[in-house]
Amino acid sequence: MEIDAGDEDGSAAADDTGFLARVRDNDLLHSFLRNRLVVVAAAVTLTFVLLSVLAPWIAPHDPYDVRTLSLLDSHTPPAWEQGGDPRFLLGTDDQGRDILSTILFGARISIAIGILSVLLAMGIGVSLGLIAGYFGGPADTVIMRIADVQLTFPAILTALLIDGVARVMLGAHQSAGGEFWILVVAIGLSYWVQYARTVRGVTLVERNKEYVQAARLIGLGPFKIMFAQVLPNVMSPVLVIATINLALAVLTEATLSFLGVGLPPTEPSLGTLIRIGNNFLMSGEYWIVIFPGIALAALVLAVNLVGDWLRDALNPKLR
Amino acid sequence: MTRPVLSVRGLRVEFPTRKGVLVAVDDISFDIAEGEVLGVVGESGAGKSMTGSAVIGLIEPPGRIAGGEVRLDGRRIDNLPYEEMRRIRGRRIGMIFQDPLTSLNPLYRIGDQIVETIRAHAPVGEKAARQRAIALLGDVGIQGAEARIDSYPHQFSGGMRQRVVIALALAADPELVIADEPTTALDVSIQAQIIQLLKRLCRERGTAVMLITHDMGVIAETADRVAVMYAGRIAEIGPVRDVVQSPHHPYTKGLMGSIPTLDANAPRLMQIPGAMPRLNAIPKGCAFHPRCMEALGRCWQDRPEPAAIGRSEVACWLTAGAVAGAGR
Amino acid sequence: MLAFAIRRVIEAAVVMLTVALLAFVLFRFVGDPVNQMVGQDTPLEDRIRIRQELGLDDPVPVQLGRFLWGAVRFDFGISYQVKQPVAALIAERFPATIELALAAAVFAVVLGIPMGVYTGIHRDSWLSKIFLTISLIGISLPTFLIGILLIYLFAVKLGVLPSFGRGEVVAIGFWRTGLLTASGLKALILPAITLGLFQMTLVTRLVRSEMLEVLRTDYIRFARARGLASRAIHFGHALKNTLVPVITIIGLQVGALIAFAIITETVFQWPGMGLLFIQSVQNADIPVMAAYLMMVALLFVLINFIVDLLYVAVDPRIRILGGAS
Repeated sequence: MEIDAGDEDGSAAADDTGFLARVRDNDLLHSFLRNRLVVVAAAVTLTFVLLSVLAPWIAPHDPYDVRTLSLLDSHTPPAWEQGGDPRFLLGTDDQGRDILSTILFGARISIAIGILSVLLAMGIGVSLGLIAGYFGGPADTVIMRIADVQLTFPAILTALLIDGVARVMLGAHQSAGGEFWILVVAIGLSYWVQYARTVRGVTLVERNKEYVQAARLIGLGPFKIMFAQVLPNVMSPVLVIATINLALAVLTEATLSFLGVGLPPTEPSLGTLIRIGNNFLMSGEYWIVIFPGIALAALVLAVNLVGDWLRDALNPKLR
Repeated sequence: MTRPVLSVRGLRVEFPTRKGVLVAVDDISFDIAEGEVLGVVGESGAGKSMTGSAVIGLIEPPGRIAGGEVRLDGRRIDNLPYEEMRRIRGRRIGMIFQDPLTSLNPLYRIGDQIVETIRAHAPVGEKAARQRAIALLGDVGIQGAEARIDSYPHQFSGGMRQRVVIALALAADPELVIADEPTTALDVSIQAQIIQLLKRLCRERGTAVMLITHDMGVIAETADRVAVMYAGRIAEIGPVRDVVQSPHHPYTKGLMGSIPTLDANAPRLMQIPGAMPRLNAIPKGCAFHPRCMEALGRCWQDRPEPAAIGRSEVACWLTAGAVAGAGR
Repeated sequence: MLAFAIRRVIEAAVVMLTVALLAFVLFRFVGDPVNQMVGQDTPLEDRIRIRQELGLDDPVPVQLGRFLWGAVRFDFGISYQVKQPVAALIAERFPATIELALAAAVFAVVLGIPMGVYTGIHRDSWLSKIFLTISLIGISLPTFLIGILLIYLFAVKLGVLPSFGRGEVVAIGFWRTGLLTASGLKALILPAITLGLFQMTLVTRLVRSEMLEVLRTDYIRFARARGLASRAIHFGHALKNTLVPVITIIGLQVGALIAFAIITETVFQWPGMGLLFIQSVQNADIPVMAAYLMMVALLFVLINFIVDLLYVAVDPRIRILGGAS
């Protein structure tokens, strides 16, 4: 909306942007509180993180402690249904594990992999972006060409491929716990491109600004300049990408685990739980699959909502 | 004066925002007679374009007409339902925008754009409409119209595109054309051609024109009457010769003083100190008083209403006092 | 135009070559092909003989050349797992995936574009809010979960649609299609919705934001000022101008559909390339992985090329630029 698109008078045009800025005026806190949905989403996200951190202490059962498991408890429907057991609020799976507890522990693993792989992707992407943008030349060409080729394929495919190769090379079938780190690396390597592109763009602009030139003149090394001077300027877009990336990473992990190339049933993430539960869907034991599914969907949705809001609030241009 | 084609009374345009309502056009009234050219001048943000948009019913939400009325040939049009207003747009009121580079849809041939405009308003067949489109393009001075009618906008220069825009505005033979800064985006060498073309075509067809511009030179050359706007209000309105040669409102005087001339004896170009207030900070009383060299105490308190002086109307306490004094 | 086409072809060739190189490295250096092919108790002499037969002792460039030459003729060797030529396996699965992806794309476009136009024009209506809520859910729910929910609802609870497989197929030459039988079409419904839902929401959101952008432009205001009917403005002038970015995304999404088909095919046990690929990942069947990778890359490159051609058809400015260069 423009009040008067007519004139090109400099001073008055400045007035117009002042007016527009006022209309759109958006300070972070205000827009956060105004948007009730985002407040709820942020609360849900925080709750998930808290619950998963505290899972070993608050979960009603320890689903990995074989001694407490009893096959007699298996296939118990949720507590409110006929045949339900108040000890198992959301029912149990085929091995008698409490669904609520497996969800808490599963979310813990999902979130851990999500956060670690986001950190990895961010580390790789930001570094490569800084290098490409700051040095330019062949380094820039090589990095951006790789980024372009990788961008040709959906990230999920890249993650699947890296995951598959890593499993062959490391023989992950044997080494317990190896899957966790394979997933972190596979997902991290699949999502660095967007960080690199964004950071490179900003760096190209910042590189020629006076304060960087000044820093160069007083003899600061390129890496010092990059990380101390340029990096702070790219933090807000990186934060936005990281939030949305977290939702994607959790989703990717769940997908890989669902496809059977992620975490094994002995160390189940939300995706693994859904994979297991899927086998019992046809027999009508919906709770084994639906509740982990709801948990996963709620987590991803909440993080996405926060990410969307953050993107709009911090950087309207990215929209 | 003959019966007005357009009659605006007490028009008020508001923009509700989070921090209160902004008034972009504040209680303005004016008429445009048949075949008359009314120039509307003022700085950016003075409300000129908003007035034009209000007349043709194209104010972008959340903006809205909050008061007053707009009459076309005596019939009220500011409160018509969308579909009825649509039939007036283009058919009875044509509009020309500032930037010919962005006014035409880049993906449509210019001929198709003219044909669809003609056919939106008259029951003519494709062929007949195309013939009229070719004739129109010829009228606006496009050489070899027959061959160029199937070109895309990007194949024309800026000046040529503005000719096409004029052809589009006149396609359904409207009684009134609102030209919103029709030459601002063009090269200086082409501006005069476009203004002459617009003036000639409208005179031939008896079309009235509301010519919105910040260029007093264009007004002096083209308009019959001129309205000077400041901060959403009309400061002075009257026959162009009167306003240019003997302005009454201090703001108009300042505007006239800022037109360069080639007269060697002319005094230095005048400058009005300060800038027009933002819409959210329009001062009480006369909006111009903070910049006015001759402001009276009253100007700080009460808003002056337009009052007749000769053939003009001026909203200023200085002249109001003079008139009152003369009448006594 | 010619220069443009040539540059495009070169770019495509670079991508294909990169992927081929990657596939070769996978094929040659990840795991030992011989160990994968033979049993535990195969004597060493046999292993050496197989090594020689496969040419694994030749210099690496020679092997690479042989690999590329094979790839050009769609010869990707023998699957470790099922001991059949990979090309035959893929050819058998190819139609299933293509039919699924196309059905999903049609679903996404046919529903996504009108929803996007509607929500772009009527920004604040309640129907728009419903559409946008659906699209938010579509973007947040993982594909496999949508599939599971649909199966639970339509196959388990209502029992109206099949939960797995392709139904009856009819062979037309090598192409076995499920589009010509009632059971084939029924079997296609749930997988196509599952696969297409995410893309549909993407199309909706994209068309909506492009519409919002375009509706603010001068030429739309001018079209209104000319008194054109709303229909002509929205579905003619505005929609056509949103098409260039929409075609790009749809094109890229057709590629994504083929990749995401892996998930849908797993959920619905749809016998396509994706299911083949996921089985090859689970079983470390490198030749199949490599072949799938190249196949998908080829499809992506082809799709990008078609998208470029479509641009030219929609936007006359590109036509002129191309002609001038």
